[in-house]
Amino acid sequence: MSAVIERTTSRTVASPPISGPGRKHRPWLMYTLLVFLSLVWLLPLVYAVMQSFRDYQYTSVFGYFSLGGWTLDNYSEAWERGNFAQGFVNSLIITVPAVLLTLAFASMFAFVLSRFSFKLNLSLLALFTAANLLPPQALLVPVFRMYLEAPVPEWINPNGNLLNTHLGLVMVNVAFQTGFCTFVLSNYMKTLPREMYEAAEVDGASVWRQFYQLTLPLVKPALAALAVLQTTWIYNEFFWATVLLQDSTKFPITSSINNLRGQFFTDINLVAAGSVIIAIPTLVVFFVLRKQFVSGLTMGSTKG
Amino acid sequence: MSSVAPAPASAPSGPASPGGRGGRRKKKVGDLGKLDVRDKVVVGLFLAIPLVFVLVLVVFPAIASVVLSFARWDGIGGLDTIDFIGTKNYNDIISIYPPFWPAVQNNVVMLLFLFTIPTGLGIFLAVLLDKELRFTWFYQTSYFMPVVLSLALVGFIWQLIYSRDQGLLNAVLGTEIDWYGDPSVNFYSVLVATGWRHTGYIMLIYLAGLKGVDNALREAALMDGCTETQTFFKVVFPVMRPINIIVLVITVIESLRAFDIVWVINKGRNGLELIAALVTQNVSGEASRIGFASALSTIMLIISTVFVIIYLRVVMKDEPGGAR
Repeated sequence: MSAVIERTTSRTVASPPISGPGRKHRPWLMYTLLVFLSLVWLLPLVYAVMQSFRDYQYTSVFGYFSLGGWTLDNYSEAWERGNFAQGFVNSLIITVPAVLLTLAFASMFAFVLSRFSFKLNLSLLALFTAANLLPPQALLVPVFRMYLEAPVPEWINPNGNLLNTHLGLVMVNVAFQTGFCTFVLSNYMKTLPREMYEAAEVDGASVWRQFYQLTLPLVKPALAALAVLQTTWIYNEFFWATVLLQDSTKFPITSSINNLRGQFFTDINLVAAGSVIIAIPTLVVFFVLRKQFVSGLTMGSTKG
Repeated sequence: MSSVAPAPASAPSGPASPGGRGGRRKKKVGDLGKLDVRDKVVVGLFLAIPLVFVLVLVVFPAIASVVLSFARWDGIGGLDTIDFIGTKNYNDIISIYPPFWPAVQNNVVMLLFLFTIPTGLGIFLAVLLDKELRFTWFYQTSYFMPVVLSLALVGFIWQLIYSRDQGLLNAVLGTEIDWYGDPSVNFYSVLVATGWRHTGYIMLIYLAGLKGVDNALREAALMDGCTETQTFFKVVFPVMRPINIIVLVITVIESLRAFDIVWVINKGRNGLELIAALVTQNVSGEASRIGFASALSTIMLIISTVFVIIYLRVVMKDEPGGAR
């Protein structure tokens, strides 16, 4: 195991802070700039959080620069009006199976690609990687039609097809994300020492056992990173949910915020509260599992 | 376990990586031929199940889009009602479809914008943060936080700033501009919001790339009397060529795919036309024009394919082709 870690880290050694003679540092300028930009970058989020706690009547009279009119009502109203409870449940129903299936498929595929040599090996990897980069809108027409035609038992969808079902959404997300995860995982698996498999073969371990008991435990860090990343992405996914779901009670949380917009008038403070509610899960992931998220992104450096 | 897996196209690392992909092709460990039947079934399933998904839901639709782009079809009737009409859809798109050229223009502007300001800024921030300054965590957090939000949500969050009657921007400037509604400014508003998110993304990828650059290179350049700026442009930046290309491709693909933010604002009309939104309008709109939408899709596919190929060439350059 230690050999593996050594190998995977050796290529990305963190650079120690460079400081030495002969360098002109202007630290104050740099710090000022960094702090200034940080504050600019934080502003939209901080502002959203601030407004979400303010009463609309108050801000409409005293303006947004006033302080006062603090309230929690926006949150309860956004939660009710936006039907967020349902939205979160839907997001959960879509995201969890999609992430698990994506990771399962990707680790299976990546395992075979990295473990065996065969003619189409590289072409398959290229195909999977490319599949992830295509614009989903370009696939919309045929996917839509196929879903319309796909026979599905009535307990899944009374209409008897895949349109307007969470299952359909899960499937298309899995198809799209498997390519990216395969790419990342196969790269990771290729750093595992081959001697390990040689030894396993001598012991007579089947391919399944090699996969399940050798490879999977060793790629856990990569799986964890991808799980975090994929959870965020699929939770955030908007396009397929918009075009494949028609029934608003099936919308995931990302689409639910539309419920907060009135046709003629939008209460900005309400939208602020809704945005904060929807952002919370991803922000929690960001703060708690930041390391996994970041390494997931940079392992692939691909995601568009 | 904090080890970061090797970025597939990480910039050349420092000392020749031990245990890299040295050619030690001992036995035929990766030979499929010598597996017994059960193992072959397992391998077959491992390949087949994911492959079916990708073929059916990505590859086939891509090809079908190209085929349908030469047809007229309402999308509801049977497949026998598909009427092939040659390149008429393409002719119509470029000649008599008003939103097309504005959409192309917006997509190109978005690409140029993302590629200059947010990418430039992201690289610049990465270089600064690579020095491991004090409070790095704080800076990184603020630049990076928008990346975890969906672009649709970004659209909503910026509405608080852009709203005509209740927004921050008009309150500060004393203006009465509808930043999301006025066709003369709304696309720029969208660009700023998109750039807000894109910058952190680029910063992160670059930061990872910079960690892979051998410090000895930098030290040597500095010894030779290069300033820090020169060192970056003459030594570090060229060495990071693979990352640069990845960033280029990501930016192209992101600007081509851009959809969520304009869709939540006004479904991509009235100044916010984007090709991706036009496709969606033509499929889900009142009168669904399948052939027409497919022709638009095909245009997107062609553009993205060019960059996907560039991308694959970079990331798979030194692939040993499966098992070593």
